Amino acid sequence: MTGILSIRGLTKTYASGLKALDAVDLDIEKGEIFALLGPNGAGKTTLINIVCGVVTASAGTVTVDGLDTQREYRQARARIGLVPQELATDMFETPYASVRFSRGLFGRPRDPALLERTLRDLSLWDKRKDRIQTLSGGMKRRVMIAKALAHEPTVLFLDEPTAGVDVELRRDMWALVRRLRDSGVTIILTTHYIDEAEEMADRIGVIDKGRLIVVEEKRKLMKKLGRKQLTLALSQPLAAVPAALSSWPLALADAGNELEYTFEAAQDSRIPELLRELEAAGISYKDLNTKQSSLEDIFVSLVHRDDRNGAKGAAR
Amino acid sequence: MSAVPVPNHRALWAIYRFEMARFLRTIWQSLATPVITTSLYFVVFGSAIGSRMGAIDGVEYGAFIVPGLILLTMFTESIFNASFGIYFPKFTGTIYEVLSAPVSSFEVVAGYVGAATTKSVVLALVILATASFFVDLRIEHPVWMLAFLVLVASTFCLLGFVIGIWSKSFEQMQIVPMLVITPLTFLGGAFYSIDMLPPMWRTFSLFNPIVYLISGFRWSFYGQSDVSVGASLAATFAFFSVLLAIVWWVFRTGWRLKN
Ligand SMILES: Nc1ncnc2c1ncn2[C@@H]1O[C@H](COP(=O)(O)OP(=O)(O)OP(=O)(O)O)[C@@H](O)[C@H]1O
Ligand SMILES: [Mg+2]
Repeated sequence: MTGILSIRGLTKTYASGLKALDAVDLDIEKGEIFALLGPNGAGKTTLINIVCGVVTASAGTVTVDGLDTQREYRQARARIGLVPQELATDMFETPYASVRFSRGLFGRPRDPALLERTLRDLSLWDKRKDRIQTLSGGMKRRVMIAKALAHEPTVLFLDEPTAGVDVELRRDMWALVRRLRDSGVTIILTTHYIDEAEEMADRIGVIDKGRLIVVEEKRKLMKKLGRKQLTLALSQPLAAVPAALSSWPLALADAGNELEYTFEAAQDSRIPELLRELEAAGISYKDLNTKQSSLEDIFVSLVHRDDRNGAKGAAR
Repeated sequence: MSAVPVPNHRALWAIYRFEMARFLRTIWQSLATPVITTSLYFVVFGSAIGSRMGAIDGVEYGAFIVPGLILLTMFTESIFNASFGIYFPKFTGTIYEVLSAPVSSFEVVAGYVGAATTKSVVLALVILATASFFVDLRIEHPVWMLAFLVLVASTFCLLGFVIGIWSKSFEQMQIVPMLVITPLTFLGGAFYSIDMLPPMWRTFSLFNPIVYLISGFRWSFYGQSDVSVGASLAATFAFFSVLLAIVWWVFRTGWRLKN
């Protein structure tokens, strides 16, 4: 894999004095789907807007395909498409005129066939002659996606593309993102639906208070930080964990009717060993299941851990 | 992938077309208001008052005020159209697209200001046509007349563009045209020759840049001017250049456009 986007020491201090980004370094690989996660106000939109040229950085550099977004802004920006977080459309225009405008703005020659394909892909073809004003919120968001795709970008930023979008459209959106990726487009998206990142992303970055705290392949992240839990439904309730099993990290639940064993997903499973010891201790069970913690659990624990570290840092 | 052309003429054209489409959507309102207002001016100043006024330098009063009236309307309309053209995308947030596009400030300004200028010139010509119904018009230097018109329109559209970027509310956009331009126009000889003023006021008027614009424009009609044509041209170009410099600075610094 080769890098397509490279961010170095990116810092942003807004006029209010608020430091929204603090020396962020990030490399995005060509053709991947990268999900940027973080709580409200973490700096996700700021990061995206700087890369796209909507906000100016206080310090740091960004290159796209080896092109500096400041010095070689024309060639760099021609490769980038942006669907911003806020709905902002030319209300009195039609989707067709609006998308055609976008293509021209990015310096590409007219291509009615491409515009038709793009609008059809987003189920907007029937609405192409309506005023955007008269479209629903989900349709407006699709118009914005069509506008971002009109110049055939190789890097696409989707800032919360599925916020306020119904289930079906969300599925369509995921399918579209995958199609784009398959056609070679690199995608960087933000979302607050962690299951979405879990489902879509190849890699995940977590940003909190302007600092990138984790960048990791999704699978590795889930393995490294995820936990697994084995739950046994006991035949007889227990009052306490037997002393013979005290070396195991066990806990009782459901008034002693369930025994829980929690372990790091990264470790090798010791379940068979535990089951043998349980048998030896004379504890029988009628059912068992295991579950793995979701990306959401991981995300929450990461951001909390960061909070605690931050608090300690401030106290010192 | 194909490279972006330099200059990005497609972007310039896209912006121009987009803005013209906006004007065409409201063409009737855009033209009706100034035409009606100008007609009223002719009825009141041209016929009612003008009949009691003598000719100025051999030009009948009704005809004398035509160039001033055209400019009066064109100043405010140019500022309004151009400021709205850039303020509205800032207000609705659609400006993000222009900011993220591979365009230079030159292409953006040429697109927006070019479209606003086109509209202003069309408007001026419509007012001129309206005026011809009321008075006997004579245009001695039609080429200069058009040149002045285009230069003045683009100057005031540039001014409007800057005002649109500067404004943080719709009210702010009105301040400069209402409190600065309209008074200066009325005091700038739109309805009289500054030669008719007492000497002190006449000297005072020479500090009003609008005097030079109106005088030059009127010269293209009747061959007479309050100040020399050279001074008029120089003042118009100076005005234009100052505004270009401001616009250049705005884009270089991202002032009120980018955080
Ligand atoms: N124009 C601005 N002026 C001042 N501060 C700003 C501005 N825009 C954003 N901020 C601040 O910068 C910080 C980061 O904001 P940003 O929009 O990047 O967060 P985000 O991660 O996208 O959040 P969300 O998930 O809510 O979209 C926030 O504290 C926000 O208040
Ligand atoms: Mg955001």
